[in-house]
Amino acid sequence: MQKEALIPVVGVVQKITQETPDVKTFRVVGPDGKNLFDHMPGQCAMLSVPGVSEAMISITSSPAQTDYMEFSIKKAGKLTGWLHEMEEGQEITIRGPYGNDFPVETELKGQDLLFIAGGIGVAPIHSVIDYCIDHREDYGRLQVVYGARTPKDLVFYDEMTGPWKNVPNMEVDLTIDREAEGWDGHVGFVPTYAAELKPSTSMKVLVCGPPIMIKFTLQGLKELGFKDTQIFTTMEMRMKCGVGKCGRCNIGNKYVCKDGPVFRFDELGELPPEY
Amino acid sequence: MLSITEAKLYEAFAQLKKNGEAVYLPVDNTSGEADFAEWKEGTAISKQLKTVRSAKDFFFPQTENLMKFKVHGKKINVIDTREELSDFVIFGARACDVASFKLLDRAFIEEKPVDTYYENRREHGIVVSIACSKPAASCFCTVYDIDPTHPNADVDGYRVDDTFYLEAKTAKGEKLLKQIEPMMSESDDQCVKDQIATTEKILKNLPFANLDMSRFNGDNMMDIFNDPKWNSISETCLGCGACTFVCPTCQCYDIKELDTGDGIERFRCWDSCMYKDFTQMAAANPRPSQKERFRQRFMHKLVYYPKNYNVYGCVGCGRCVDKCPTHLHIVNVIKTLGEEGK
Repeated sequence: MQKEALIPVVGVVQKITQETPDVKTFRVVGPDGKNLFDHMPGQCAMLSVPGVSEAMISITSSPAQTDYMEFSIKKAGKLTGWLHEMEEGQEITIRGPYGNDFPVETELKGQDLLFIAGGIGVAPIHSVIDYCIDHREDYGRLQVVYGARTPKDLVFYDEMTGPWKNVPNMEVDLTIDREAEGWDGHVGFVPTYAAELKPSTSMKVLVCGPPIMIKFTLQGLKELGFKDTQIFTTMEMRMKCGVGKCGRCNIGNKYVCKDGPVFRFDELGELPPEY
Repeated sequence: MLSITEAKLYEAFAQLKKNGEAVYLPVDNTSGEADFAEWKEGTAISKQLKTVRSAKDFFFPQTENLMKFKVHGKKINVIDTREELSDFVIFGARACDVASFKLLDRAFIEEKPVDTYYENRREHGIVVSIACSKPAASCFCTVYDIDPTHPNADVDGYRVDDTFYLEAKTAKGEKLLKQIEPMMSESDDQCVKDQIATTEKILKNLPFANLDMSRFNGDNMMDIFNDPKWNSISETCLGCGACTFVCPTCQCYDIKELDTGDGIERFRCWDSCMYKDFTQMAAANPRPSQKERFRQRFMHKLVYYPKNYNVYGCVGCGRCVDKCPTHLHIVNVIKTLGEEGK
């Protein structure tokens, strides 16, 4: 982490990729063209456009990608709206990396992993999946269940149906909320689909998506026999400092920016349900 | 103990000012209350027990510029606008405020990463306390094992009539007293001992001296969080945030920006967990009503803080007791959830 926690460095948006109608991926490097800092999957960074605002965004790219960082961002508010309007070569400010990470080197290592994501919730999960693919021999089976409202809202569709299909012992199951023209894949909500696929209860699960999706996914997994101790998620809260001092992102005695954003469900279960 | 008369004290302040060290002290304001102000020729120290605002402003100001951005086309220049600070003296802080600095140190310095803005001010600030001799009915620092007769600052001071007795407790304090040595004299401190003995008697009989803190032991977070009494006790909270602004331990802040026409200043300012916007997100608010916001404030000070650090996030200064417009302060919470809630 940088010495001055609140003072950001300058990053250059080198490349912008339109992923879906309202999601773009921003590739960021330093002014010298090199990567700004190392991170682990699940960690976040504070991105800002001076004069607009600053916000905590999860890092989408794999730590194995050491040339740059990528952020897949949905257009939702002031800052993200501004980012979506910008052109390549624009500078932004960045500080981080912040928060803990998915325990890819400890609890998740050597395990069969089930990734369940909805909508833009796939952004932080993408970093973990990429990490597992980059260290393929360190993990068992990789199963991804991902859904969005419509086919064109599926972020990373080309990657999921292309390169990921060729990764050994990896399965990608996509779904959309409602029937759509030209879509012959599965139709239905993520929690229902994930339960229908009857994943092996020996897997460790990583879930990220809208709160309602997480709620029903968790319910379905528990009916299948999964335990809270097997399931991880990453939380989102309003943040200002990113370093556990400004006081607003706490859930009970834990700060999401510093003690999270990654929590195991048994840890969350011991905290007040203020999220 | 070394002593100095009030008249000589102002000579000492003049000397410190000449040496480049500003002195801040409690001064009576036009509304008859005391607040910290910079000493200048003619300024007299207040005899009141408490300042309206705490002394945290000196290390964690209400607003503070963090940096500046200059934007030229696609280019951004980040400028650290901080200037070298001079040493400064806070004269007359009470033991509660001195204790609050230790809590703020934990948040801003001991918990990494260090907040260098706070650390920088802290390093340059020299704290001279004045022990309390007439604690008020709203005071309850002793509940947290704070001894208002031994504040433990850089210099501990005692005021007996118009004489101040000063004792250095740290190297910083020794260095300060060295500068004003010629104005001081060594004198018998029996009057200080007598004052301490009298104060100790008053402390024992204060109305909040025996608050029962036993339920707030850091072990029963969910039990206290789910206590139905939060509903009734928070009902009349206006959400004004006055408690957080006068509180010496409240550390929450916001970061905002101002386009000055000559670049964009990014600054931080105090914020309050009592406000709806504090946690408002695009899609939802995890603390949607005043009940949750009220509960957060007191859970933080009485439960989360002791759970994490084994110390309460309150120093018992009683400012919220004095200032809450609906009398919903922390003592009420301690009594309702602590004593009656067991």
